Amino acid sequence: MSGHLSHPAGAEPLVRIARREGVGFWQKVLVRAAAVLLALVVDALFLFFVTGLNPLRVYGVMWGGTFANFTRFSWMLRDLSSLLCVGIALAPAFKMRFWNVGGEGQILIGGLVAALVMVQLGSSLPAPLLILAMGLGAVAAGALWGFVPAWFKARWNTNETLFTLMMNYVATSIVACAVNIMRGKNSALGTLNRASRAGWFPAIFGQRYTINIIVVLVLTFAMYAYLRWSKHGYEISVVGESENTARYAGINVRKVMLRTMLLSGGICGLCGFMLVAGRDQTISTATAGGRGFTAIIVAWLAKFNTFYMALISFLLVFLERGASEIASAYSLNEYGADIITGVILFFILGSEFFINYRLIIRGIHKEGR
Amino acid sequence: MPKRQPAIRLEHITKTFGSVVANRDISMEVDRGEILALLGENGSGKTTLMNMIAGIYYPDEGHIFLDGEPVDIRSPRDALAHGVGMIHQHFKLVDVFSAAENIALAMGEDEKFDLRRVRQQARAICEKYDFALDLEQKVYEMSVSQKQTLEIVKVLYRGADILILDEPTAVLTPQEAERLFVVLRNMRADGKAIIIITHKLHEVLAISDRVAILRKGEYVGDVATKDATESALTEMMVGEKVALDIRRTPPKDPVCRLRVRDLTVPGPEGVPLLQNASFEAYGGEILGIAGISGNGQRELLESIAGLQAPAPGARIEYFPPDGGDTPVELLGKSPRAIREAGIHLSFVPEDRLGMGLVGSMGMTDNMMLKSYGAGASPLVDRRAPHELAEEVRASLGVVTPGLETPVSQLSGGNVQKVLVGRELAADPVVLMTAYAVRGLDINTSYTIYRLLDEQKQRGVAVLYVGEELDVLLELCDRILVLCGGRVNGILDARTATKEEIGLRMTRLVEGEAKA
Repeated sequence: MSGHLSHPAGAEPLVRIARREGVGFWQKVLVRAAAVLLALVVDALFLFFVTGLNPLRVYGVMWGGTFANFTRFSWMLRDLSSLLCVGIALAPAFKMRFWNVGGEGQILIGGLVAALVMVQLGSSLPAPLLILAMGLGAVAAGALWGFVPAWFKARWNTNETLFTLMMNYVATSIVACAVNIMRGKNSALGTLNRASRAGWFPAIFGQRYTINIIVVLVLTFAMYAYLRWSKHGYEISVVGESENTARYAGINVRKVMLRTMLLSGGICGLCGFMLVAGRDQTISTATAGGRGFTAIIVAWLAKFNTFYMALISFLLVFLERGASEIASAYSLNEYGADIITGVILFFILGSEFFINYRLIIRGIHKEGR
Repeated sequence: MPKRQPAIRLEHITKTFGSVVANRDISMEVDRGEILALLGENGSGKTTLMNMIAGIYYPDEGHIFLDGEPVDIRSPRDALAHGVGMIHQHFKLVDVFSAAENIALAMGEDEKFDLRRVRQQARAICEKYDFALDLEQKVYEMSVSQKQTLEIVKVLYRGADILILDEPTAVLTPQEAERLFVVLRNMRADGKAIIIITHKLHEVLAISDRVAILRKGEYVGDVATKDATESALTEMMVGEKVALDIRRTPPKDPVCRLRVRDLTVPGPEGVPLLQNASFEAYGGEILGIAGISGNGQRELLESIAGLQAPAPGARIEYFPPDGGDTPVELLGKSPRAIREAGIHLSFVPEDRLGMGLVGSMGMTDNMMLKSYGAGASPLVDRRAPHELAEEVRASLGVVTPGLETPVSQLSGGNVQKVLVGRELAADPVVLMTAYAVRGLDINTSYTIYRLLDEQKQRGVAVLYVGEELDVLLELCDRILVLCGGRVNGILDARTATKEEIGLRMTRLVEGEAKA
């Protein structure tokens, strides 16, 4: 009995969770690196036991998806820049706690306007003016698509998540309709201005999308500075934290909301323009390719730091390209490749838990002293 | 004969949150038939300690014994099963249910749902301890004090014989607090063990048998209440001698700075939250505003600050120090318009982190909340705010790891110092404060009183919305009493009594209210 009394801790819960504070930079890097390593091990088990392939060789192929040669690498940069561009567009809106899930529609409508201008004015405007007109038109269209839900929220406090989401479907349908008109009797809308190449970005280093990459690089720095050092950025932070505080500080919440959504939608529109002029030279309902949604993950995981956003975009694009590479090299179906990238993502996201919390296992902390 | 066991015994309890030690090696006891007051400053770990007994937290080290038996309390359900009930500061009641139905929620899973039996038993509890509770009343119709009563009856119904109350009087009028004490004494007589968390010394002396004191997470010691004095307890709590008197300098040539006429703020249900309020505030004077919280204090201050839309017909006139007799109308001006008109109006709102400050930002960024827009540059200038932050930190003794540490991570007292520091730095002509010392410990509270008195000596018109009548009577020059959104008299603080104010807080005085 007395023995029991002196050890009542036997009834303590097996594992408890406690918050961790003051985690250093290198500690975080270490935890994340460990997460990737662990994910690779789990994936290796999956590959070995389920598919019977040599995991190391599969990883080599995956690596090759991005790093096999310069062209592969430049494709990665192209995909990264489009995803990052949308992330940059969404960052101010999400920082303001305005749930703009309408990136998809804002990209599409911007791309559509760029394509229409390209076709309609392609023969009458000189190249620089044409590209300028396409860009301005696309930015204005994207901004409008962002402005409408913001205006309704500012005026009647509508729910912006639903509203921006619905605007996606409207944009998709408009694009589908426009594409049908533009293709006329052809079975599909092919490359626009194929002969004149009017409204196409000029090729730099052999690729038209080099301009996309440069523009997004500039945007990365600009948006970082805007959010961190500008008065607008400060207002966005205050409104995002608490509208009451913003009102108390004399910030015009409606004005900030409208302005920020014009910016957010505008950059999405710009992204649509660059996809049309720099990458596809055509438009379809698939032009946005889900980036409006993937970019939400990018923006949130990076906590709106555009440089972290670049890193996360890289990771996502790297995994995606690696997965398709595996799928074709080993004639695995897409699901197999998706499992591999899914496991890696799961571990990286899961590592956030271990950065913020620690587990206390029964008994261990006592012996540790 | 076996030695009688204490109801609760804690042995070497330690609890840490990250790098912060909330409780360090605490051992204490509470007997049956005893009311123990747990006293300590903010952040001294009172609530954390009690939460471990109530099953909200689990101790990192140490053991809890109930009636001499070691127990393992992992959840509030466990705690209740062991007879421990805690009344939190925020009530956990279903608004649309009646009192009896809320009590029925506390039934065990295997019990048959029988509202009549619940009602019978609850009525028996009420009679036994003299609770005033209407079991058929819906919670949304109840006053704060009635809700608290219901919470207590609820845990008693569950069979609790160890009761923990976390700052139960914070939301009560003096009369209601007295009523609560009567009930607590009845429960003590019945052999219950009661722990009451508080930092109001006069209540400690009035209700408890013994006082246990925590300081910075450590157990300082305990004293029998009959041997304790306010100054001795304060010294134990703070660790050094503190002068417990509030300075009130006589007003020097008061000038009218703010004249409010017929201020009405419509409410959502058609019942005005503030009705025809009229008063003046003078420079060099502290005007106290008393009332049970939610009786129009917030609407009053926020209307003046431009944050509420009062009904038309009101006038809020501001008399600038250099403008002679021509007043400036504040009504209809936004906070920014007020500032741009050169009006030095400072406001320390009740909701510090939800309105006065941005929790996720550090001191520097919070300093520029109202001034970031100055200048034509599109970029913010953080140099001046940074210097101001340094200055506030040094002059008010703000304890923070760094100027960029999010203020939401600071303790309540330090958060308030940041807010008050910024508002005073704006060189106010009118200074409004809402519950400036709510939840603050004795040291910080007295710092705030001193700062307010200094502002008054500078000729500032201070509006002080407060809840502790003793403080209002000692600090202010005049006291405006609000009741149900109406001004229910403006009294001279030097001659008014606590009872008179308490009465005016709860009952409209005929004739005067209409005036």
